[in-house]
Amino acid sequence: MTESGTPPENEPGDKELPDWYARVTGVGSSLRQALVIPALALLSALIIAAFIIAVTDVDILPLWGTDPGEAFRLTIGGIGDAYKALFVGSFGSVRAITETLFAATPLIFAGLAVAVGFQAGLFNIGVNGQMHIGGMAALWVGFSIAAPAIIHIPLAILAAIAGGALWGGIAGLLRARTGAHEVITTIMLNFIALFLVDYLLKTTVFQQPGRNDPISQKAASTAEFPTLIGDYRVQIGFLLALAAVGAVWWLMYRSTIGFEFRAVGSNPDGGKYAGINVAWIYVTVMAVSGALGGIAGANQILGLEPYRGISNFAGTVGFDAIALALLGRSHPVGVLFAGLLFGALRAGGREMQGAAGIPIDLVLVVQALVIVFIAAPALVRAIYRIKTPEQEGGTTFSKGWGA
Amino acid sequence: MKLELKGITKQFPGVLANDNVNLSIGEGEIVALLGENGAGKSTLMNILYGLYTPTSGEVLIDNQPLELHSPGDAIAAGIGMVHQHFMLVPVFTVAENVILGDEPTKRIGWLDARRARKMVKEISGRYSLDVDPDAIIEDLPVGIQQRVEIIKVLAREARFVVFDEPTSVLTPNEVEGFFEIVAGLKADGKGIIFISHKLGEALEIADRIVIMRRGKTVAEVLPEEVDEEKLAELMVGRPVDLVVHREEAKPADVVLSVENLVVLDDRLQRAVDGLSLEVRAGEIVGIAGVQGNGQTELVESLTGLRTSLGGVVRLNGEDITTKSPRAIHKRNVAHVPEDRQKSGLVLPFTVTENIVLDSYYEAPVSRGVQMNWGAARDRAVRLVEEYDVRTPSVDVLVSTLSGGNQQKVIVAREFDRDVALVIASQPTRGIDVGSIEYIHSRIVQERDNQSAVLIVSSELDEIMALSDRILVMFEGKIAGEFDSSATPTEIGLAMLGSQGGLEAS
Repeated sequence: MTESGTPPENEPGDKELPDWYARVTGVGSSLRQALVIPALALLSALIIAAFIIAVTDVDILPLWGTDPGEAFRLTIGGIGDAYKALFVGSFGSVRAITETLFAATPLIFAGLAVAVGFQAGLFNIGVNGQMHIGGMAALWVGFSIAAPAIIHIPLAILAAIAGGALWGGIAGLLRARTGAHEVITTIMLNFIALFLVDYLLKTTVFQQPGRNDPISQKAASTAEFPTLIGDYRVQIGFLLALAAVGAVWWLMYRSTIGFEFRAVGSNPDGGKYAGINVAWIYVTVMAVSGALGGIAGANQILGLEPYRGISNFAGTVGFDAIALALLGRSHPVGVLFAGLLFGALRAGGREMQGAAGIPIDLVLVVQALVIVFIAAPALVRAIYRIKTPEQEGGTTFSKGWGA
Repeated sequence: MKLELKGITKQFPGVLANDNVNLSIGEGEIVALLGENGAGKSTLMNILYGLYTPTSGEVLIDNQPLELHSPGDAIAAGIGMVHQHFMLVPVFTVAENVILGDEPTKRIGWLDARRARKMVKEISGRYSLDVDPDAIIEDLPVGIQQRVEIIKVLAREARFVVFDEPTSVLTPNEVEGFFEIVAGLKADGKGIIFISHKLGEALEIADRIVIMRRGKTVAEVLPEEVDEEKLAELMVGRPVDLVVHREEAKPADVVLSVENLVVLDDRLQRAVDGLSLEVRAGEIVGIAGVQGNGQTELVESLTGLRTSLGGVVRLNGEDITTKSPRAIHKRNVAHVPEDRQKSGLVLPFTVTENIVLDSYYEAPVSRGVQMNWGAARDRAVRLVEEYDVRTPSVDVLVSTLSGGNQQKVIVAREFDRDVALVIASQPTRGIDVGSIEYIHSRIVQERDNQSAVLIVSSELDEIMALSDRILVMFEGKIAGEFDSSATPTEIGLAMLGSQGGLEAS
């Protein structure tokens, strides 16, 4: 494109970038912009969720006709109670905080998996499947060998990495070799993994002797992730997640392969021109992404009761991870904070259900609303009258869609 | 009837794109609007076409102010625009494209196809455009597609027509045809704004020439008062050297030799069809030709981006036909790609990251698997200085630089080696005169350092200014070879494939 319709060139506004951010992320926005949209998205989601609390309280609804003032007071009180419980349940005590960290652990791994894909221009919806395969591999190592914990746990994690990388790598290979879009293949691989797990859990290799339902043997105690503080549930998985954040940051912004990932992600033609083997990058990215998903899967088996494989043990983590990566703008540190936030919502959601009687499903509503607002930044800008940055669409995650 | 833009000012955050611009066009008048990229021509035209709202100022027709909030308003006011990049649906017919957005219908929304065809025929006949209403757009050559755009504008009864860089996609002969059409429109009383950066064309066609620089109209001249040098000076703001100065070439050994190369395009057609050529050290060989005659595929094949079906490519005697882009790059081949934004740069990357885009894996920019950003930045700082890239710092995103500076980033990256062969495709497309001068001089400098240079350009002027030897590419083959004394007419004919006679036109 040469001239028509391009905005004026040499925007001086961009000089204000803190240079480390541009250099480190390659994302065309300042740090402030990177934080403002997610923060406002969360705020908007909480406000809309408050309305939902208000209109779904069946006890108050009839009061609006007879005594609107009282109804209003009760509604505000109800919303206040709900959000107070949400906060108390996530940050209000040592137990609450450890529960938040516990819930955040698999989300951080899975979020990193999606973020690595986004940065390289690939949309990995298959974290769910990669968790299942990686988790099963870790489980098998967990119950089939005897070793001290210092060896057993790393072996189990390596198995999870291998399993997840394999499952992700298949989608990468299909993309590289045949052009099959990873969105389609990873979704399909999710189903294959899901039912493969169900099948495996009923084979003699995995199934708990004496049971007929799909449930596996218990992992050896040496393979269980040791807890960090007393009897609180948070375990070393959280420390591993922190380490993974650092490792992914190094990989993306300090290593040559990460440079290749980001170059291909931002401009595949440019990557090819620069001599990068784009097909190979697709395979590598999906394998790295899958490996992170695999660790998330191991965490779901070796990191919590009952330390067994059950049907669909990955739950919704692999899908929540997509929202999380979007919220964290595909930056590892962003993913860390987004993971902590989602972990807090989960931990607090249980308290909210217990103390304020609001169904925990509201947390899912909040999560979903966050995604809507993040996916439509123009909406947030319109609501809060934020000036549009000169170059729209330069953010990393948007490259993942339909690329 | 008179169209006026009065005191137009358009403020973008941090940039004054238009600063109190005045422009008027009368009936049957051709006004050429000249200016470099970024001078504010496009912004002004987008305001006229209702795409931007001016910060202040107004657009008037016969002293009546217009409310222009969308292209629809502009069309209703009788203002039409022929864009540089055509807005046509490739799989629709000419008639369907012409009525698109303003479809004549019978009762209950039934499309009146017959009336559409009649309308196209009528307009085509009146201005001797010679367009078949039933032809499918994608089957038509670019010159005819442009006529379809013109018919679209005329079908909406435009009284003023804006042409945005209309000749940039045409061959020299098509340009002649285009000028005849414009003359016909003028005779019919249309007011015409002709946006260009080609000085010769403005002098040939315009009744009046308005020159913009940095958002302002800096001069308004009559063609008979000025020459190209003067216009260039007005555009750039300083005297400009339009001639590329170079010594006689001293060709030495053959560096690049291509024999019977066959390359398929994306549609699996033979885009390069048994082509042979040689480039020697110390000479510049220019490949002229209408776009789409296999030049893109040729360059992609030579640089390893596209596999060839047959033939041999040798670099200094070594067969590199099947080598990867990186292997070819490592043999000191510099490649300035056709489309800098599509393949030459990663736009969301910083200047530093783009400078090391093809050397990031080598010391000192990386140590093993780890990048050494300090060394990368040092190289970027040095090259930005050496190649006169105007950027506030090497840490800004390359997308914030002007086209000319983006191109200099690529040239810096590619030439910062002991280059054996330069392959440059459209090296100065869409960039400002100052950068063109600079890049041309750099290319000549590479030649003088005994590099072999292959230039591919659809701008015949550029080929003629730079080349020691000119090859014309037509339908995948070399259709003619000329030395630098050839005339544009001779070369233009070869570009149309008519080596022997004129019957092709």
